[in-house]
Amino acid sequence: MGHSTIVEEKFVFTQAAKTKIFWLLGAGVLMFVAGLLLAQQGGHDNHAEGHGHVATEQLVASADAVAASDGHDDGEHHGSAYWVKRLYTTLWMNNIYFVGLGIIGLFFVAIQYAAQAGWSSGIKRIPLAMGNWILVAFGITVVLWFVTNHDIFHWTHSSLYGEYVDEAKTQPNPGYDAIIDGKAPYFFWPGTSGGFPIFFIARMIIFFGMWYWFFTLIRKNMLAEDLDADTKYWFKNRSISAWFLVFFAVSSSVAAWDWVMSIDTHWFSTMFGWYVFASWWVTALAMITLIVVFLKDAGYLKVVNANHLHDLGKFVFAFSIFWTYIWFGQFLLIYYANIPEETVYFIERMSTSPYSWVFYTNLILNFVLPFLLLMTRDAKRHLSMLKVVCPIVIVGHWFDFYNMVTPGVMQHNGGLGLLEIGTGLIFMAAFLWITLSSLSKMPLFGKNHPLLEESLHHHI
Amino acid sequence: MDADKHFVVGVFNDEDVLLDGIRKVRSGGVKIQEVYSPFPVHGIDDALGYKKSRLPIAAFLFGMTGTGLALLMQFWMLGYDWPMIIGGKNFASLPPFIPVTFELTVLLAALGMVGTFLIVSDMKPYKWPRQFDIRSTQDMHVMAIDLAANAGKSKEELKRLLNESGAVEVNEKSFE
Repeated sequence: MGHSTIVEEKFVFTQAAKTKIFWLLGAGVLMFVAGLLLAQQGGHDNHAEGHGHVATEQLVASADAVAASDGHDDGEHHGSAYWVKRLYTTLWMNNIYFVGLGIIGLFFVAIQYAAQAGWSSGIKRIPLAMGNWILVAFGITVVLWFVTNHDIFHWTHSSLYGEYVDEAKTQPNPGYDAIIDGKAPYFFWPGTSGGFPIFFIARMIIFFGMWYWFFTLIRKNMLAEDLDADTKYWFKNRSISAWFLVFFAVSSSVAAWDWVMSIDTHWFSTMFGWYVFASWWVTALAMITLIVVFLKDAGYLKVVNANHLHDLGKFVFAFSIFWTYIWFGQFLLIYYANIPEETVYFIERMSTSPYSWVFYTNLILNFVLPFLLLMTRDAKRHLSMLKVVCPIVIVGHWFDFYNMVTPGVMQHNGGLGLLEIGTGLIFMAAFLWITLSSLSKMPLFGKNHPLLEESLHHHI
Repeated sequence: MDADKHFVVGVFNDEDVLLDGIRKVRSGGVKIQEVYSPFPVHGIDDALGYKKSRLPIAAFLFGMTGTGLALLMQFWMLGYDWPMIIGGKNFASLPPFIPVTFELTVLLAALGMVGTFLIVSDMKPYKWPRQFDIRSTQDMHVMAIDLAANAGKSKEELKRLLNESGAVEVNEKSFE
């Protein structure tokens, strides 16, 4: 195939596709409303079930005078109603899951530039379009954090900090938590412990801001290249990508600690940053592959053939195994060391419903099935098998995030039903809308990409 | 004429010419014994019409053997033959066995694949490979055509076909 045969393609976001997304949204909203009503009626009274809170609350009750001095926080310590907590949990969990799809879109593009990869030059616009979600996720995350903070993030309660409630250090603080107090600077620096978490919020804004800034730079160069056949855009993007990857290496880990691990405030795992990244990464790879597969099915992407699908399939296959490796690494270290403050994390997830079946389903959907189904060469090269495995991985990692977030907030009262699934569908519809509509606003691949010719001859 | 003894050898100096040459020679109804290249040529197995390798199947079976043996060994050793308390865990517990199981799976799959490959390719000790043209280890691609396997064609016909297919040199080679 020579250069002359390349025909520029443009994705048309058809009414039929929009209708399908509206159906998805409609189903999501219906399930969401039904689930919310059910949760409201079947609410558990769970205020005494918080880990270690029983003792705290008894103390608070017996020492009314002390509690009064810290009065405003007392009510919040009991937490909101069951259905509100459940709603907040699923909103936060779905948001974090989809943050990953957005940011990994950019990460994928950056990796391709930094590695000077040729094979992917025909498909890079798909992850680029997914990157548009970063801005949406920025808004949702910040707003949602300020709405949900006391219900989801235990460390936001000011009564946990300060060993004494008075200057003379005679009145001990009944709500004092030495472990969380030790972690206070990580959230509150340079402010006072228990106040406004300046450091935490600054990180959130800087991460999203920088990610979006890098995204706009890379997108600008990619689109400028369409109008002006010059390799300088590729070289510029290669440098920007390298800088982004350095920033992302740190920020993705810290984001995982901040937004997911800090929910289980007492607990920590040194592998957690990797764990969240691995989950985000393989989910987004499956999403990229699935969108490529559907575009192929609709007659788009003439520049993509079985060899490119094979590479995408290998990505999903390999990083499913990578995720399992990280999952097992984290599990085995904690299992072997057998330190109570670490094992509690897994005990909670392995012996409580519905977390326990999610825990094992997780391993089947994210390891056993992708591993066996994508093992052969043919499976990775054919649309039909990718259409089966990619949704499995996408759903599987949704369960993975469910189990990362929910037990820490809901303890024994976690729910997994219409509310959770409906929220997931609403997010999915919004994500697909943003991705496909931004995909329709640019050429489907860069016809002036310096490595496009290499991609056409890609053969494995 | 004895099989695997007398050959016509075409020498090519460009891999694109070689790939076209292979297709031309094969479409002329000629069976190619083997092509030797100093570096991997993409698409050469398709051009030569090679069947898909079954090496991955062998690898899977060897790997499964490794998994089975590793689990059997550990459960037998630590669960039955010489139980030991390690970290207060059960004698026979799966999680700590996984790393060893993984390693043995990989080891047996890798060694099994290498062994299978050597046997299938007939590369055994003290077997000296035949050189159709020493330049196939330097800068030339060398195509060997067995005269016995193409009994329907004369030597001259084969030579002409090779010349027409872009060979820069056509030689004869016989082995004892």
